[in-house]
Amino acid sequence: MPDNQALYEELYRIRRFEETVLERFSSGVFYGTTHTYIGQEANAVGVLAHLNEDDIVFSNHRCHGHFLAYGGDMRGLFAELMGKPTGIVGGRGGSQHIHWKDFYSNGILGSTVPAATGMALGEKLKGTDAIAIVFMSDGTLGEGVVYESLNMASLWNAPILYVVENNEIAQTTPIELGVAGSIAGRFEAFDIPSKELDTSDVVEILPVAGGLIEEMRQQSQPRALILDTCRFGPHSKGDDTRDEALVAQMRAERDPLNIHAPRLSAEERQSVESEIDSAVDRAFETALADPEAEATLP
Amino acid sequence: MTTVLESLNQALHGAMGADESVYLLGEDMLDPYGGAFKVSKGLSTAYPERVLTTPVSEAGMVGIAGGMALRGLRPVVEIMFGDFTTLIADQLINSISKFRWMYNDQVTVPLVVRTPMGGRRGYGPTHSQTMEKYFLGAPGLKVVAPCALGNPGELLKQVILEENDPVLFVENKLLYLQKVMDEAALAEFESTEYLVPGEYPSYELTVRGAPPPVITIAAYGYMAELAREAAQQLAFEHEIFVQILIPTQLSFEDNLFIEEILLPNLERSQRLLTVEEGTLSMGWGAEVITRASHALGPKLQKVGRVAAAEIPIPASVPMERAMLPQVEDIVAAARSMV
Repeated sequence: MPDNQALYEELYRIRRFEETVLERFSSGVFYGTTHTYIGQEANAVGVLAHLNEDDIVFSNHRCHGHFLAYGGDMRGLFAELMGKPTGIVGGRGGSQHIHWKDFYSNGILGSTVPAATGMALGEKLKGTDAIAIVFMSDGTLGEGVVYESLNMASLWNAPILYVVENNEIAQTTPIELGVAGSIAGRFEAFDIPSKELDTSDVVEILPVAGGLIEEMRQQSQPRALILDTCRFGPHSKGDDTRDEALVAQMRAERDPLNIHAPRLSAEERQSVESEIDSAVDRAFETALADPEAEATLP
Repeated sequence: MTTVLESLNQALHGAMGADESVYLLGEDMLDPYGGAFKVSKGLSTAYPERVLTTPVSEAGMVGIAGGMALRGLRPVVEIMFGDFTTLIADQLINSISKFRWMYNDQVTVPLVVRTPMGGRRGYGPTHSQTMEKYFLGAPGLKVVAPCALGNPGELLKQVILEENDPVLFVENKLLYLQKVMDEAALAEFESTEYLVPGEYPSYELTVRGAPPPVITIAAYGYMAELAREAAQQLAFEHEIFVQILIPTQLSFEDNLFIEEILLPNLERSQRLLTVEEGTLSMGWGAEVITRASHALGPKLQKVGRVAAAEIPIPASVPMERAMLPQVEDIVAAARSMV
């Protein structure tokens, strides 16, 4: 398991990457839009610390944090956002549609869950030990095909972990207008055991995710992890309709970096931060200097 | 003689026997039922671990099969009625057909969705439609339709075992009980198989001994059967000689049916009549005619289309008959073009 310093490195790398995306967006270097992971970093880091070599991760539109915690390359992701041939998928997918090794993402919420369920099932049928982890959110719970997938995952014992990052807001729609009933109850209805945590502390998420994943590896069955979390930034850019005081309170009380930072000495923290600051800058500048895509069809 | 249904069933047995990565998913797949139209009969007995009978969840099963295909399996999904493909449209069009391209050609998605389409059985508005035109404009998704010519089972087997992109495989219900046409059955016709590399086979039929055709009819699936009857009537009752060109690949990936098969024949006949069972607007025929017209300009003298009337399909068989294209509609359309 990663030690406190390694965890802080992971959290801080995601934070600096996403802040850089937001800071630089207005200068016009990125195409399209972006959905930043700021505030939710502990989820990706705490869950993906338990991956084995061939395990599958399926992410959504808010995929940068998952990709970086998976071990993805910052320059490749910056370049992808810039639409460059050096991007992870050559500029074809952009911010929401990336694939590297066993990591996939898709901006269509009704597709991530069945596709990941099929991947988990496929690996089981092939006789490998790989499991799949799919990141969803309170917003994803509105898609009907999610429940078709949970049903079949349970019927067929697909080894998949459904991670619901419940940030209580889907774009601008608060959870009380979008999700009736209980999230855990949704999984319970399909006999999929779940755990729920209301925390932004990676050290709390880590063992719970690890326990569920260990059970999945032993029993080859689906599990669910509901992480009540806080999205500090807008849905994409400049579309946050929430009360500023509420967001400020979240930042004060639920920042995964502030929660974890005191576990490092001031010197350790500074050394991590300055190293990652320059690594993020280097990745950004390298991607920026990479050649543009040609205006011809691949 | 083998029916198209038997040929397809044998192909599924053959594909599962040939490759352990082939899986079947669909509703009511288990023996003794073997799927609503029995195309999957015997498979759950022969390969119990590789036939997954599913809940009534078309979108979910296709999405799951897409995930299986991304991880190297060759899933075949049976959608009980083609009408239900609206439920899988998001999975196919928004995700599965895009995965390979948007992931920069780093993945393959060898998924086959088989489904029966078409009316003439009185099943009414939601179990009789011909829906493939709604899928024909989705890049990355091949649409293939067998006919009673050649070897429909072999076509299915090839699609399952050799394709690396998703395929919608459209089986007209009335073809199921049709015999696969061998040479004896086609005695009154001359038939040619066109094998253009990179495209599934196409066929040509002309009435044996007839003079050069003055109309080229383009039709697929069960419509080729109606066109065959129409060709005989036109020849023997009206002395109008036609050729029928029948593709099995309906989507226009490389445009080979148009360029290699249709256009050279149209140079001679200069008249093109398309026949399809789906409704007229925005259909396969419209695209075929547009492409031919662009290529040939004024050399294409006349065009015509036969398709279904633009209303939902009535359950009452006489009303359904009036609504769907019939042999006499093809005859009348052809006569109006000369």
